[in-house]
Amino acid sequence: MVTHLRAATEPGPATDPRPTLAVWKFASCDGCQLTLLDCEDELLGLTERVRIDHFLEMTPAEGADGERARLAGRGPYDLSLVEGSITTAEDAERIQHVRRISRYLVTIGACATAGGIQALRNFTDVDEFLDAVYAQPEYIGTLETSTPISAHVPVDFELRGCPIDRRQLLEVITAHLAGRRPQISSHSVCFECKRRGTTCITVAHGTPCLGPVTHAGCGAICPAFGRGCYGCFGPMSKPNLRSMVAQLRHDGMSERDIQRVFRTFNAASPEYAPVPDLAAEGQHSSRA
Amino acid sequence: MSLDADGNASPAAASDGLVISRGGMAALVDVLVRRGFTVVGPTVRDGAIVLAELRSADELPYGRGVELEAGRYRLRERSDGAAFANSAGPQSWKAFLHPSRVREWSADRVGDEVVFTADQVTPPRYAFLGVRPCDLRAIAVQDRVLTGGVYRDPVYEGRRSGALLIVVECTEPGATCFCVSMGTGPAASPGYDLVMTEVVDEDGHHFWARSGSPEGAEILAELPGHPADPETQETARAGVAAAADRMGRTLPEADLRELMAGTLDAPRWDDVAGRCLTCGNCTMVCPTCFCTTTEDITDLTGDHAERWRLWDSCFDLDFSQLHGGPVRASSRSRYRQWMTHKLGTWYDQFGSSGCVGCGRCIVWCPVGIDITEEAAALHDWTRSGAPESAPESP
Amino acid sequence: MSAVAPPLPYRVADAWDETADTRSIELVPAGRELPPFSPGQFAMIYAFGVGAVPISASALRGRHGGLVHTVRAVGAVSTALCRLRSGDTAGLSGPYGTGWDLEAAVGHDVLVIAGGIGLAPLRPVVHAVLDRPAAYGRLVILVGARTPADLVYRDEIESWRGPARVEVTVDRPGQGWRGAVGVVTTFLDHLDLRPDRTSALVCGPEVMMRHTARDLVARGLVPHRVQVSLERNMHCATGHCGHCQLGPLLLCRDGPVVGYDRVAQLLLVREL
Repeated sequence: MVTHLRAATEPGPATDPRPTLAVWKFASCDGCQLTLLDCEDELLGLTERVRIDHFLEMTPAEGADGERARLAGRGPYDLSLVEGSITTAEDAERIQHVRRISRYLVTIGACATAGGIQALRNFTDVDEFLDAVYAQPEYIGTLETSTPISAHVPVDFELRGCPIDRRQLLEVITAHLAGRRPQISSHSVCFECKRRGTTCITVAHGTPCLGPVTHAGCGAICPAFGRGCYGCFGPMSKPNLRSMVAQLRHDGMSERDIQRVFRTFNAASPEYAPVPDLAAEGQHSSRA
Repeated sequence: MSLDADGNASPAAASDGLVISRGGMAALVDVLVRRGFTVVGPTVRDGAIVLAELRSADELPYGRGVELEAGRYRLRERSDGAAFANSAGPQSWKAFLHPSRVREWSADRVGDEVVFTADQVTPPRYAFLGVRPCDLRAIAVQDRVLTGGVYRDPVYEGRRSGALLIVVECTEPGATCFCVSMGTGPAASPGYDLVMTEVVDEDGHHFWARSGSPEGAEILAELPGHPADPETQETARAGVAAAADRMGRTLPEADLRELMAGTLDAPRWDDVAGRCLTCGNCTMVCPTCFCTTTEDITDLTGDHAERWRLWDSCFDLDFSQLHGGPVRASSRSRYRQWMTHKLGTWYDQFGSSGCVGCGRCIVWCPVGIDITEEAAALHDWTRSGAPESAPESP
Repeated sequence: MSAVAPPLPYRVADAWDETADTRSIELVPAGRELPPFSPGQFAMIYAFGVGAVPISASALRGRHGGLVHTVRAVGAVSTALCRLRSGDTAGLSGPYGTGWDLEAAVGHDVLVIAGGIGLAPLRPVVHAVLDRPAAYGRLVILVGARTPADLVYRDEIESWRGPARVEVTVDRPGQGWRGAVGVVTTFLDHLDLRPDRTSALVCGPEVMMRHTARDLVARGLVPHRVQVSLERNMHCATGHCGHCQLGPLLLCRDGPVVGYDRVAQLLLVREL
């Protein structure tokens, strides 16, 4: 498999009509990039349609001539998939370079789209962390905040999820190749539960669930297994957090639990900003 | 010919119908399966009474009831062993007649040509066992929407035209039911192939079954039972009549179409918008909501394309998207669209109310928004000196 | 068996620029042909692999005998349609909706008022009236556009002068524009309107149609003699998807052309 892939990704002749694809990593766990490799059945078909020119997880970048893998590619690339958030000054520079050499730039996953779990630092003092974690914090160069790619460069499309959904990734790529808008909706996860026939776990069992304010795309996996949605795709468009917070309280969550459930992979989503106040203000009231 | 409880042949499907036992219900499912139907009915799954394919009547929710409230659904045991003493569950029959996801057609690029291929599907022939009277009316509403106009939806029509409807009248309304307000229950209106009323009394557990179509009569004739006696009929009718008096909810006694048209500026819409999650659950569980969206997809080669159709909801911001933005951006306007359509403009578009009073939207709203409460609030507003509202010209 | 009918393949017989972002395409059947369209009716035009959009016919019979549609590239599908070249294939279904009621205008002066690409669905009206001059009174055509560069069918508009009174105005004139500047409704003051025997047909941005229709009624036109062509999101065009609702109306079925009497109140309700 790997041998085949390498052959398929070797730079073709100048007349190669395939659009070029690059995959970039910033502060992240690599899980979203691996989703591309997880497209096992489609991967060979994909490499017939695009030339994967830069993807450190898979092949030495620009490696055909024996050159070592490099963080920065040459480009230009037709489609860039960007994973991870910006947490260092170097990355803040590098994303500018990536943007310059990319025609169409798609962020993949919660880190690149919302800042990721590492954006928890945005709510506290980073120096304290450094002192607590590292014996010699002076060697650590990091920014005060973890920010999404869109805070630094224009982004053409943002793919949600921690990690992203492989069907959605394929949809973004095939839609780009076909010149159409990706069929990716920004409505609630509830749409997906209902379409697949899952009984609402909040209504039937009182299970707290973020589905009503969470961006669809995962296929509503967790509720199908009796587990409340924990929002790994981040906020849907125009979520009603005041009502959601009241409902979570009604379903038995404490102020602390409510704050924490929104402080995960998409903690720095601006839509979630009012949650701490909402959780605190309604502590003594509940749904009529 | 039918057989009585002792297995003796009895006059087929007397006009007063037949009384069958639990054994007769088992025979009914067997007969339907033998006749080639895909039998769908209520059964317990994931802590709720859902609609699913039944292989035998043993899968019916005997002895299971439900407790309903706004935003709350709980199963509970019933000592009487009744199978149908429970009201609307999380799904409706539209899941089978108007499926949530359908491929409509595909297209292939062959050289310079584009070849379109219709998705020819032979749908299963459904027998729906345990359709509640409100849901029977909901099916009639969707019939008008999807097959009553100039254009007929072939997907719906293909599934609907072969479907056998076995109604079970309602003897146990839920706290969220208001079919009496909508005139859709608890007794069955015409349109069924078979109708049954469940009777549990000192004489045992019976179903009084009558046919409403030639096919229903044929099926009835194959069931073991005895001609309906006056006592059973009386008990059954009394059970349904009592249900009518035990509705958990009512809608205001007003011309709802006028009420909706005249309250578009009511402050109540802001109030409900504060609670509404715009999650779309009410529309998805509603047995008449029919809206769909289309998805055009391609495969990796780029030479094969497909058109899909999915359930959609007027609560989705993209639903009213135009170049320049959505027409209904606020949640106020989206909730208002849903409710005024359901109770008001549905009359203009399809000649009836879009609401059958099943109460699903109340139960399955995660935050318990109650359409009857909202309608009452709008009604109160008009009566308590609403500012000059602008009723629409008819 | 039940199957949703796919679009019919139509071949692009010709395609040309109207403005910088707007093109017209003439489509002829590659096999079976759709039933005839009336002025104001629309087709769902499918761009392979991208999707379909509702577009009103801008001429019912082009130079190659086909249907002409004028498309402004504002989204993925319309952009794909604007990229079609002669010989390419598109999918076509229709005709859909209720078009302009020209019979109701027989014997009347016909007042055609268009804003921007709103002239496209009205062009078949002009053709129909010019084809039967005896059936109608005077033909007056008022055309507005943002800038001179946004004017569609400029040459053809000139050819209408003579048989029709034609007035053209732009919002932002720029260099070299010697015509009128301002909104189309300003012309209403200078027309010798005969309100009791005039039918007005209006298409353009919704705000323009609202103001125009209101002004016409203020000048004595009966509201139902003012027809407007409205736009909403449409997916199915067959009255089944629910997207194109405007209060009691399903615009793919009850419209897109509706009498102003039916929508005057509706258009005043925000976010309806």
